[in-house]
Amino acid sequence: MSLIAKDLEYARDDRALFTGLNFTINAGEVLQIEGPNGSGKTTLLRILCGLINADGGEIYWSDQDIQKDRYDYSNNASYIGHHDGLKGDCTPLENLALSHALSSSKENFSAHEALEKVGMGGFEHQLCRTLSAGQRRRVAIARLLNSPAKLWILDEPFTAIDQAGISNLESIITEHAHADGMVILTSHHQVNLPEINFSTLVLGQTTNTQHY
Amino acid sequence: MNAFTALLKRDLLLAYRNRGELANPMLFFIIVVSLFPLAVSPDPSILEGMAAGVIWVAALLSTLLSIERIFRSDFDDGTLEQILLCPQPLPILMLAKVSAHWLVTGLPLIIVTPLLALLLHLPEGTLGILMLTLLLGTPVLSLVGAIGVALTVGLRRGGMLLTLLILPLYTPVLIFGANAVQAATMGLDVTGQIYLMSGLLVLSLTLAPLAIGSALRVSVS
Repeated sequence: MSLIAKDLEYARDDRALFTGLNFTINAGEVLQIEGPNGSGKTTLLRILCGLINADGGEIYWSDQDIQKDRYDYSNNASYIGHHDGLKGDCTPLENLALSHALSSSKENFSAHEALEKVGMGGFEHQLCRTLSAGQRRRVAIARLLNSPAKLWILDEPFTAIDQAGISNLESIITEHAHADGMVILTSHHQVNLPEINFSTLVLGQTTNTQHY
Repeated sequence: MNAFTALLKRDLLLAYRNRGELANPMLFFIIVVSLFPLAVSPDPSILEGMAAGVIWVAALLSTLLSIERIFRSDFDDGTLEQILLCPQPLPILMLAKVSAHWLVTGLPLIIVTPLLALLLHLPEGTLGILMLTLLLGTPVLSLVGAIGVALTVGLRRGGMLLTLLILPLYTPVLIFGANAVQAATMGLDVTGQIYLMSGLLVLSLTLAPLAIGSALRVSVS
């Protein structure tokens, strides 16, 4: 199981955000995408999850082009974007129940357990619009815990989350990687994941990958 | 199917929690229709000739008013992305969205129609036909309108464009809907109009969800 990006390129208004972008992520790996504002991090993540089509290049999930085999890929990829994807007029429980119904998972899920794990126990029945930005972010992360997806694509997951929440999320990511999951994330925050296979991809003038 | 009911339930729940906003299209419908006798003439002989047309125009405008909200909040809070990325057949989910919209805006219009028909002196015996045309026609308005919204939801000021896009597609429904009642008043057979409207409904029920899904993919990218 792996995600392979081959010669990805994308241009916005005649300005190339990236060209010839290549990388591979295998099970158990975490990739952080770095770069200054406007360098195309969010665009790259949206391309990776299939919301935008790249101008060139291909993305393969388990050797299948994700454009051709959408079903298998959408079963295996989970995305948290800039917006949390939560309905303000629903409670965290209702939001999680819908995401579960939309996923193809037949397993029993425990929204309570997931909320407990992200430190949102006790807020199950409060409407999401009354929660703070950081709390909503945590509920969005609880959605990941309930999905069978192997690949997590997270756009700035640490935004608005407090210090304790950051280390909690780091341990959730570590746990996911240890269970043969993979994570692609963008962050301006120094991500502290000592125990796992961690690499960074820097977008900007020169595109290069560094391995630790 | 599970996803269909879950999404439908969620949208109905959201509508229930925003009841005030929800009553708007129906109030609009009632106000427009009830202003006609005041503005034109309270004379039954004048009113009965235009009753069906007035009710149909008001239903169309009220749908136009409410349809824009069908994807707006989903687009703004990112739930639309989640819907597009989930491993469920998109047309089915779109059908759930439109069904929810019709249940909270189209169906109430049909329910209050007998009352308004009384107000406008709709000729006796044609109320059934009017209700039937509304029952066949308003889902088409919701389905076709949702295509327009899906195309324009990503634009900052899509309101004007939306109207221009979907109004031409609304006119056949309006023409056959109002015409059926007119024909029934004159004692003519309306099977043709009813069949045509049923055809439009089947056509939009099968094709519109596909179009809505594809249009949303374009709007989100």
